[in-house]
Amino acid sequence: MTTTIDTTTALKLYQDMVLIREFEEALDRLFASGVIRGTAHFCVGQEATAVGVSGALEEGDYVISYHRGHGHFLAQGGDPRRIMAELYGKQTGYSGGRGGSQHVSCLDVGFLGSNGITGGGMPIGTGAALALKMQGKEGVVVVFFGDGAANQGAFHESINLAAVWKLPVLFVCENNLYSMFTHISETTAVEDISRRADAYDIAGEQVNGNDVQEVLACAERAILRARAGEGPTLIECKTYRQLGHSKSDKRAYRTREEEAEWENRDPIASFRNLILSESIATEEELAEKEQEVEQLIEESIKYAEESPLPSPDDLETSVFAD
Amino acid sequence: MAEVFYSHAVRDALREEMQRDESVFILGEDIIHGGAFGITKGMAEEFGTDRIRNTPVAEEVIVGSAIGAALLGSRPIVEIMFMDFCFLALDQLLNHGAKYRYMYGDSVTVPMVLRTPAGARRGYGPTHSQSLDTIFMSIPGVKVAVPSNAYDAKGLLKTAIRDNNPVVFIENKTLYGRRGEVPDEAYTVPFGEARVVREGEDCTVVATGQLVEDALKSAQVLSNEGIDIEVVDPRTLNPLDMDTICESVSKTAHLVVAEEGHLTGGVGAEIGMRVVEECFYDLDGPVRRVAAKDVPVPCSEPLEQYVIPGAADIIRAVQEAMVED
Repeated sequence: MTTTIDTTTALKLYQDMVLIREFEEALDRLFASGVIRGTAHFCVGQEATAVGVSGALEEGDYVISYHRGHGHFLAQGGDPRRIMAELYGKQTGYSGGRGGSQHVSCLDVGFLGSNGITGGGMPIGTGAALALKMQGKEGVVVVFFGDGAANQGAFHESINLAAVWKLPVLFVCENNLYSMFTHISETTAVEDISRRADAYDIAGEQVNGNDVQEVLACAERAILRARAGEGPTLIECKTYRQLGHSKSDKRAYRTREEEAEWENRDPIASFRNLILSESIATEEELAEKEQEVEQLIEESIKYAEESPLPSPDDLETSVFAD
Repeated sequence: MAEVFYSHAVRDALREEMQRDESVFILGEDIIHGGAFGITKGMAEEFGTDRIRNTPVAEEVIVGSAIGAALLGSRPIVEIMFMDFCFLALDQLLNHGAKYRYMYGDSVTVPMVLRTPAGARRGYGPTHSQSLDTIFMSIPGVKVAVPSNAYDAKGLLKTAIRDNNPVVFIENKTLYGRRGEVPDEAYTVPFGEARVVREGEDCTVVATGQLVEDALKSAQVLSNEGIDIEVVDPRTLNPLDMDTICESVSKTAHLVVAEEGHLTGGVGAEIGMRVVEECFYDLDGPVRRVAAKDVPVPCSEPLEQYVIPGAADIIRAVQEAMVED
């Protein structure tokens, strides 16, 4: 897909995708070396969905994510230093060490939160959109979820309600073909989740989730409909999780050939090639962005390492708000 | 001071809070028609169908969307038609609403109320009659109110709506039709303050919901036997006012805990054990529990009466608690 895209936008999209990629790869190394404990779900290979969608959003819009959520948070402008600190279990992390990889939030950047229950964010994102609508605000809410969540009851309940009430929601399914270790063909009667839009009488679109421009354009169309009061859109981004489900996954359930095929369609490499072949930016400009990211990742790790560990002193007094 | 139905006291609290605060709205099944128990009757006409919001039969998204709306500054009140149905939505409350403030930091609050009627004695059978208060009581991050009369229903509900946390507000089907005195002027009932409903010297009966009324009935019978019971209604299970309970036990030296939920792992188990931990040496006899038997609540009247506790069970439990060695 070739469209005219200005240099600034292209470089921003590129840099955001590289940031997510480098962040995830750094995390993968930190887990492997035992520096970080707990678990994490990486989105290497899926960067274009987060960046493409966030690229279409404005202030006052919100994103709610799921367990594979680092990319969504970073794309919304979450501070990589504080996300890294959270993974290190440090006081300066977004959740002060209480949440870890999959329980972080920052309303100031329009990120309603990630969570560890598959499909669990879908009703909440729907309700956030209800609040925006009832309060007369222009904002829209993006609900990210995976192909696995599309089989939860929450998927049906949320999309139906958003459709009935014409809520400003983008339900964005990142279909990476596997719910944990199981291929979609074994769990899901339809190959294309987007077809289910018909069941709710809403707009459904399917895009190449590895093409950041295509994702961006699709999100822009859905946002226009949402702001016009036309209700939700179900967007299916076809993509691929290049690493395993979580840090301990050896990927025995799929072939190396399949992985190689998808790596040829890598969202970052292909966008980089496009930028150069269309002369949207120069090799030097791209390299400059890559260096900035590298430095930011180094800073994030340093920040996390140097941050203090949390104390349990205020745990019991912070369960309830005043 | 007027005699008001418990159900009307609930409605009055809803109406007054909706008049006071525009961010309050209600969502639930059939509520523009009043809901299954007529609580919201007439409110759609008064407040419009935007704020009295009829939902599909989809409990998970009803509760979840309330949590999402609360995150962005609204103050939703959910009506779940029967307590039994709350469990279709438990993930949303347990894994999300209850934890957000704790996980995401002080700037995040979830000011929402989940109202739901509990209790048996109406022949509704196993999936429409349960009192599962204990489950909500055991979730950190959720407050639980259990009003036993019209005055508390109104005052506690107002407090619940103004609270910045998820509150599960457990109403009682049988009590809906009871009248009680409610003042004409505005008031609230704070959370975490038990009420000594009846003062007595010989045995403390901590009772919740419908069992408060049964405890008062049993008090008359027991007084004929020369046993003077003190009835304490905790009014909220989280926060739980152990000070008032222990103060009463230190006076009477005997304890019975009465609830309509099942015996095992129940509210009585928790309160009884806390008394044992906090004021064991004030006790002069065994702690006794009155609760539903550990079987699903049956439909037919004699079966239901067999399973669900009442005044006779409290009388027996008090006698057992007062047995001398």
